[in-house]
Amino acid sequence: MAEIKILMAKENVKNSHQIDVALANGAYSNLEKAFKMKSVEITEEVKKSGLRGRGGAGFPAGIKWSFMPTGDRKKKPNYVVINADESEPGTFKDRWILERDPHLLIEGIVITSYAVESNTAYVYIRGEYVKQAKILQKAIDEAYEKGFLGKNILGSGFDLELTLHRGAGAYVCGEETALLESLEGKRGYPRIKPPYFPAAIGLFHCPTLVNNVETISNVPWILENGGEEFAKIGKPNNTGTKLLCVSGHVNFPGVYEVPLGINLLTLLETYCGGIRSRNKLKAVIPGGSSMPVLKAEECNVEMDFDSLKKAGTGLGSGAVIVMDETTCMVDVSLNLLKFYAHESCGQCTPCREGMPWMKRMVQRIKDGNGRPEDIPLILNVADYVGGDIDFSRGKLGKTICALGEAGSWPTIALLNKFREEFEYFCNNGKSMINRDKSIKTPENAVPEVVAT
Amino acid sequence: MSLKFSDEAQKKFENLLTRYPNKRAALLPVLHLAQEEFGGWVSPEAISYIAQLLGLTELDVYDTMSFYTMFYNQKMGRFVIEVCRTLSCEIMGASTVTEYLENKLGIKSGETTADGLFSIRNAECLGSCGTAPMMKVNDDFYENLTTQKLDKIIDLLKQKA
Ligand SMILES: Cc1cc2nc3c(=O)[nH]c(=O)nc-3n(C[C@H](O)[C@H](O)[C@H](O)COP(=O)(O)O)c2cc1C
Ligand code: FES
Repeated sequence: MAEIKILMAKENVKNSHQIDVALANGAYSNLEKAFKMKSVEITEEVKKSGLRGRGGAGFPAGIKWSFMPTGDRKKKPNYVVINADESEPGTFKDRWILERDPHLLIEGIVITSYAVESNTAYVYIRGEYVKQAKILQKAIDEAYEKGFLGKNILGSGFDLELTLHRGAGAYVCGEETALLESLEGKRGYPRIKPPYFPAAIGLFHCPTLVNNVETISNVPWILENGGEEFAKIGKPNNTGTKLLCVSGHVNFPGVYEVPLGINLLTLLETYCGGIRSRNKLKAVIPGGSSMPVLKAEECNVEMDFDSLKKAGTGLGSGAVIVMDETTCMVDVSLNLLKFYAHESCGQCTPCREGMPWMKRMVQRIKDGNGRPEDIPLILNVADYVGGDIDFSRGKLGKTICALGEAGSWPTIALLNKFREEFEYFCNNGKSMINRDKSIKTPENAVPEVVAT
Repeated sequence: MSLKFSDEAQKKFENLLTRYPNKRAALLPVLHLAQEEFGGWVSPEAISYIAQLLGLTELDVYDTMSFYTMFYNQKMGRFVIEVCRTLSCEIMGASTVTEYLENKLGIKSGETTADGLFSIRNAECLGSCGTAPMMKVNDDFYENLTTQKLDKIIDLLKQKA
């Protein structure tokens, strides 16, 4: 079977972000078809496709859409919000779509908004994506000019106002309810669910659909080819393709569109050219920094929601972080805890206090002053903050949002799976790994230095 | 009040207000606009100005602004260098990049050079993990860094100043 490209179909098309080029390559060709359908029929098609959310949680998109009050059930304005916050460490896939095919996303947004009967949509993009925001803003302006946005789109009677909204540097704003707070001009404090499920009480207290950039970019293809065709790609309950962003110690890091269910080792060998410098693979984080690490011998797994869950981890955002034998796992754990300690919004005590506490303990180990009893203590704190992904240690849900879990899952996995490294560090005051801190940019990967 | 948007910024501001059902929702974009307009940081005077524009208290503005790392409450160097320190970058040598820059510019992370040209800060993952190590200088990303490249970038920036 030829490789199916849904999201990266324009991979080899130059200037595919420009409207003329995009139009010549089929952009917006599904709008007419959408407007001939009833809104519920589109939602049905998305349900049939089995498309699951690509932002991290993997919730079925069609089901989420059907929570939105439409027809007689609609009492207030509905909103559509696209999550382009992309701040889970290791993730750079939405960036590919934003830079290379923004019109695909906009087409998806128009169809989605029509399906859930919303006339106002926002894209919340992380503040640091300045260039990406410029590209998308230009694309939005072009779409308005061509009549794909605005009043009475293509004579359908359907109106849609689309606004690009820039964040300003806060990981937690990727969490959907924090994102809505931020969009309302406030601190990015996650809201408590219930009652604040976005479909019930969302943006400006109105029903709101929040979906990830990649999720929505699948919608035009589903409309064109039908949900059933989409469901044939990948595996049952894990349908379609997925953008995997591979970083770390491989020869060819980058974004790859693959059918869900691809074997992780195949991905690393065939697509990514294997481990750099012929080093040995040590570990892989398969779904962004919040997901538990896999040891090399656990990497013979299929990359899809259900298989990775069975393997005790998760597909998350599709960020694959590859580490070779020169990586010290105490360093890794400290690096991640610094991130979560910094990004905790501070609302919930377990997360606000627990992350820095764990960070300080791992720092102590790294400084050579660790005590063997620190290891169970860190695990104990991690239990209190978020618990373990497989529920074996503590229950989940101690914090308003999942940032608590996001910081404790990887910590628990690192400590359990690489315990001897932590113990060695405590007992000997130094790493058991021959670390390599050198700059590892491959010589062949030196794109231009541009000062714009 | 001494601060005022230029005509162009004022137009942008008015357009922003039309995009949201209430004024408060425009706060983040207005903070971005103000930081751009008024010298790369949000001063107490800028806070008062924004509060007045949006019908908020100064406290509202500061409360929101202080949550986000991209709004500066002090004057920064002409070029703010942010080296990503998060996992994919660290395992590709980010700490060596920071050290190299610190030595080259003679300041520590968190400081600004005496001539006010460069500030170095650490940043969390900036979505360039596949082209690590990387840094952001003001609005621009510099990826796949090497020491030679760092030399070249600093030279270019000095020329630009
Ligand atoms: C701490 C935290 C950070 C998150 N960051 C992102 C993000 O950057 N991008 C994203 O799409 N979803 C992120 N999510 C998931 C969102 O809350 C939400 O589930 C998602 O946007 C829904 O879209 P989807 O159903 O299309 O996946 C994050 C969740 C948490 C708990
Ligand atoms: S870890 Fe540095 S850009 Fe993602």
